[in-house]
Amino acid sequence: MTKRKSVLRFLPLTAMLLFLAGCGEDRLTALDPYGPAAQWIYDNMILSLYVMALVVIAVFTLFFIAVVKFRRKPGDDEIPKQVEGSKALEVTWTVIPILLLIILAVPTVQGTYFFAEEPPSVGASGEGEEEDVQPEEIIIDVTAHQYWWQFDYPEGFTAGNEVYIPTGEKVWFNLTAGDVMHSFWVPALGGKLDNVPGIESMVWLQADEPGVYYGKCAELCGPSHALMEFKVVALEQDEYDEWVAAMQEEEVLPEENTIEADGRQVFENQGCIGCHAVEGQGGAQGPTLTNFADRERIAGVFEFNDETLESWIRNPEEMKQDNNMPSYESLSDEDMEALIAYLNSLSVEEKMN
Amino acid sequence: MATAAATQTKNKSVLWDWLTTVDHKKLAVLYLIAGTLFFVKAGVMAVLIRIQLMTAENDLISGQVFNELITMHGTIMLFLAATPLLFGFMNFAIPLQIGARDVALPFINALGFWIFFFGGLLLSMSWFFGGGADAGWTAYVPLSTREFTGSGMDFYALGLQVSGFGTLISGINFIVTIINMRAPGMTMMRMPLFCWTGLIMSILIVVAFTPLAAGLALLMLDRLFMGQFFIPDYGGNAILWAHIFWIFGHPEVYILIMPAFGIISEVVPAFSRKRLFGYSAMVFAVILIAFLSFMVWVHHMFTIGIGPITNSVFALATMTIAVPTGIKIFNWLFTMWGGKITFNTAMLCASSFVPTFVLGGITGVMLSMAPVDYLYHDTYFVVAHFHYVIIGGIVFGLIAGLHYWYPKMFGHMLNETLGKITFWLLYIGFHLTFFIQHILGLIGMQRRIYTYMSGQGLETMNMVSTIGSFVMSAAIILLVVNIVYSAFTSERITVRDPWDARTLEWSTPTPIPEYNFAQIPQVRSLDPWFYEKVHGDGKMKPSEPLKDIHMPNGSILPFLMALGLFIWGFGMVMINMDVPTVVTGIVIAVGFIMTFGTMVLHSKEDHGYYIPLERVKKIEKEVG
Amino acid sequence: MADHVDVSQGLPAEPHRATLEGKNKFLAMWCFLTGETIMFATFFGTFLGLRHQTAGGPALADLVALPLVFFMTMLLLTSSLTSVLGILAMKKNNFKAMRNYFVITVLLGFGFIGCEIYEFYHYYHAGLGYTTSAFASSFYTLVGLHGFHVLFGLGWIITLLSRYWNAGVTLTNAHKFYAASLYWHFIDVIWVFIFTVVYLLAAGGA
Repeated sequence: MTKRKSVLRFLPLTAMLLFLAGCGEDRLTALDPYGPAAQWIYDNMILSLYVMALVVIAVFTLFFIAVVKFRRKPGDDEIPKQVEGSKALEVTWTVIPILLLIILAVPTVQGTYFFAEEPPSVGASGEGEEEDVQPEEIIIDVTAHQYWWQFDYPEGFTAGNEVYIPTGEKVWFNLTAGDVMHSFWVPALGGKLDNVPGIESMVWLQADEPGVYYGKCAELCGPSHALMEFKVVALEQDEYDEWVAAMQEEEVLPEENTIEADGRQVFENQGCIGCHAVEGQGGAQGPTLTNFADRERIAGVFEFNDETLESWIRNPEEMKQDNNMPSYESLSDEDMEALIAYLNSLSVEEKMN
Repeated sequence: MATAAATQTKNKSVLWDWLTTVDHKKLAVLYLIAGTLFFVKAGVMAVLIRIQLMTAENDLISGQVFNELITMHGTIMLFLAATPLLFGFMNFAIPLQIGARDVALPFINALGFWIFFFGGLLLSMSWFFGGGADAGWTAYVPLSTREFTGSGMDFYALGLQVSGFGTLISGINFIVTIINMRAPGMTMMRMPLFCWTGLIMSILIVVAFTPLAAGLALLMLDRLFMGQFFIPDYGGNAILWAHIFWIFGHPEVYILIMPAFGIISEVVPAFSRKRLFGYSAMVFAVILIAFLSFMVWVHHMFTIGIGPITNSVFALATMTIAVPTGIKIFNWLFTMWGGKITFNTAMLCASSFVPTFVLGGITGVMLSMAPVDYLYHDTYFVVAHFHYVIIGGIVFGLIAGLHYWYPKMFGHMLNETLGKITFWLLYIGFHLTFFIQHILGLIGMQRRIYTYMSGQGLETMNMVSTIGSFVMSAAIILLVVNIVYSAFTSERITVRDPWDARTLEWSTPTPIPEYNFAQIPQVRSLDPWFYEKVHGDGKMKPSEPLKDIHMPNGSILPFLMALGLFIWGFGMVMINMDVPTVVTGIVIAVGFIMTFGTMVLHSKEDHGYYIPLERVKKIEKEVG
Repeated sequence: MADHVDVSQGLPAEPHRATLEGKNKFLAMWCFLTGETIMFATFFGTFLGLRHQTAGGPALADLVALPLVFFMTMLLLTSSLTSVLGILAMKKNNFKAMRNYFVITVLLGFGFIGCEIYEFYHYYHAGLGYTTSAFASSFYTLVGLHGFHVLFGLGWIITLLSRYWNAGVTLTNAHKFYAASLYWHFIDVIWVFIFTVVYLLAAGGA
């Protein structure tokens, strides 16, 4: 296991942070990194804490000695010596901070380049060596919308709100936004980068362990900014390949005369399909529902069960203010039941097994 | 209001007197009152924010209202609370400290106050017309453009434009005052540090508020006249706003912290009974910080995707700011070192500022490491950082300044027992609220969220933070109680110098006559009042004979001009409202004519009036 | 503001800076213009950043009537010169000459505004509306803002002229005329930059 390999782990500040890491939720907190990007950030944060601790100790020591030792006693009217200053001291507290800052400046510059690494194909395209493209490199286009995430895979399919990646390799995310600014942040895997409409920027993440990681929008994007979460699902390489294959399969419509088939009918009649695509068929104003039943959460944040799903469809505005989905309040109970059954049948993971 | 009563030459009603005053001491009081009202308003918003975040998935406040609260909290605190409160003390103290009878341009001084005030009112009007501004105080486009947010942002653009203009001309006035109005012998390097920081702050205002004015104009043109600066489909650029805003926004931080540095540099020597350690290094550090503050704005935009070269350069530039700031910290420490320190409320605030500000400073250095900032950016770590700087720096500075200058301004002391309780409540409440927010940011709580999901480990620390904010509120309430209580119970002060302090303002009689100095003093040293007490006969040497004193006339025109701007601004906002165009046009025209009409009226010559020698002698006898 | 200046021997050499009030306003004006410069710099930056973003609409190179703009430039430069001559006359205590020079300045300024209105009208009818593209918005904003400054300057000078039409040069109005002429120069300098950055770059195809 590569995580927490830091040599500083037994020192007091690190121990304190490890303790604090326990306070946070696993696979959300940045104090318990799960990949090289997050690990780098964590290690350098610790480094800066140690350097800064020197400053804090120096200042606090001087401060408390001064406060205790140089109190004026009652009745003491003597005027203390009026000291103008001291060149030697001024030089000291100019030079020492500069030295401390140099310690931090080196990894800062290294780090900006470390994180700015571009996928090999993009890096090479400048020299026109197209054959250098590595077939296995993954660049996922991420378009942030109020208030959901669209993930377009190089294979041509789309996922909504939950992005699947393989473990143990760098995955690049090409970020942009469809409406306002958002920010793509997976604390346990790495730093954040903004999604800016009209502009594309590239960030990479790597998960060392399979699992589900929390992702959040970190730039104020409207009333439901707080509810714009997503998940990163890291799978072992072979499982990931299976998942990609399954996502690309042709749509299999539900067998006739089942409740799922009725639900599919409702899905089409009510116009759901106008915004939500299934297996690439349908509109793209809303998140694709190809693998809806595999989702951890409804609409990115809400607990996944039939009751929540029903109230979401009936009144999304109530649950996620200012989102763009119309409400289907008057949908009959029958239709609703069928629709939910249909949505619950949309699983890609089932196809994999 | 002892300053008001002492020496009126003409009989005017009290209200008329305050509306038309151009006396810097009265304008200081007006600034303090207006600033306090806005401070309380934004403070209540902060408490509402903390109550909403007390528990997970709280639905007390909706996301929309929450966004309005955070936006208005930030905007009001920075533009309409901190700035005027600091201006209040600058208005009061700077002319006195440099030995002047008034500021250089008394009319502009009054105009600046009223324009700021009406701009603030305009921004606050938004609550009655469809809700406050809701795109964050940074108003990032495209969220703040016409397509995504309501009329609150119109009020934001126009209100800040108007109040910013007031701040700009006040800043110009301070520059001119400090450069042109110093008493004989008061060289630049003998000025109290508060004047230096005031000067630097004012220069920063002139060079930073003007880009903001341009940016706000672009935003207004986008919202009211369909300007396409920020709309990608028309070739606009969303990052443009971020650049303009932060070219203003970063110096803004120093605009606010500079005078607070100045207050600390006055209070610490006064109560350590020792001259400021390394005065010239302090001046140098202030200038250097101001200079560097214009080279670092991109550190607010590390995660916007601007490339590794730019990020590296701005990260290194940002780190260098730590050096002059460190110089200041150590000089304050060594001012106390070897002194004889009296710990009253003012000194408690001023001295505790030092370690608190260091905590804000080290997180600042941590934030400057661009790649690590990819983690901190837009999380509660940042929220904690800037509250450490703003509350730990500016608010403690302001409270120190309030207790320090209060006897000179109002003729009585604030109650010390209540003051000390206020300090300890505020100090404990502050650290309780904000220290834990550093960790909240690191464990995955991003900024500006109206709620958080349960099961993400964020509940306990948010609860602690909210409790801390209640303690802070108690402290502020106690401060207000103290002001009222002291007004009724404290003894009148008649001595010149209740603190045994060092600078010129303490050489004036209490209450201060409206002309400040019957004879402009001759300054012989840094800390001139202390110098005369130790080396002279305890009185300032006059630099001129006693004679008739020329004073500027009061004027209602500043009030009317500002009211005109308010009406104009409101008319502009009406363009987006559902009212007939004619009505909108009339309102805009009325405001426009009022503003420019009063300007034309003002071009009439005003020679002021003289306080005759006899009267000066009589007043001096009364207060002396 | 009480310092007395002895005027029995005639006005001092620099009447606009002879009193403390005059000195204060002189410095304040310079500070204000510093701020204005930075504000204009921001608009220039915006324009430079967006000037190729025509979003399918016309670019300035397609429309610009360089001779007209050159004529406007000459008008404004000349008006700047006449205001200098006005101030020189003021320093010689020759009020009538100063008045005449300022009247010419005002007339030239109105000529400039007239041309600018015609120019905008021309562009608008050639398909460059304010909302056409990011370029159009930033162009009209920058040049229009300068136009408003010219109008404000004209209003200022006219107000001073009408208030002091028969007053002669005094210590109370000298600094007012001086400030107005300083402002007028500032407008002129900004225009020189606009002429270069906006028009010449476009005409030169850069």
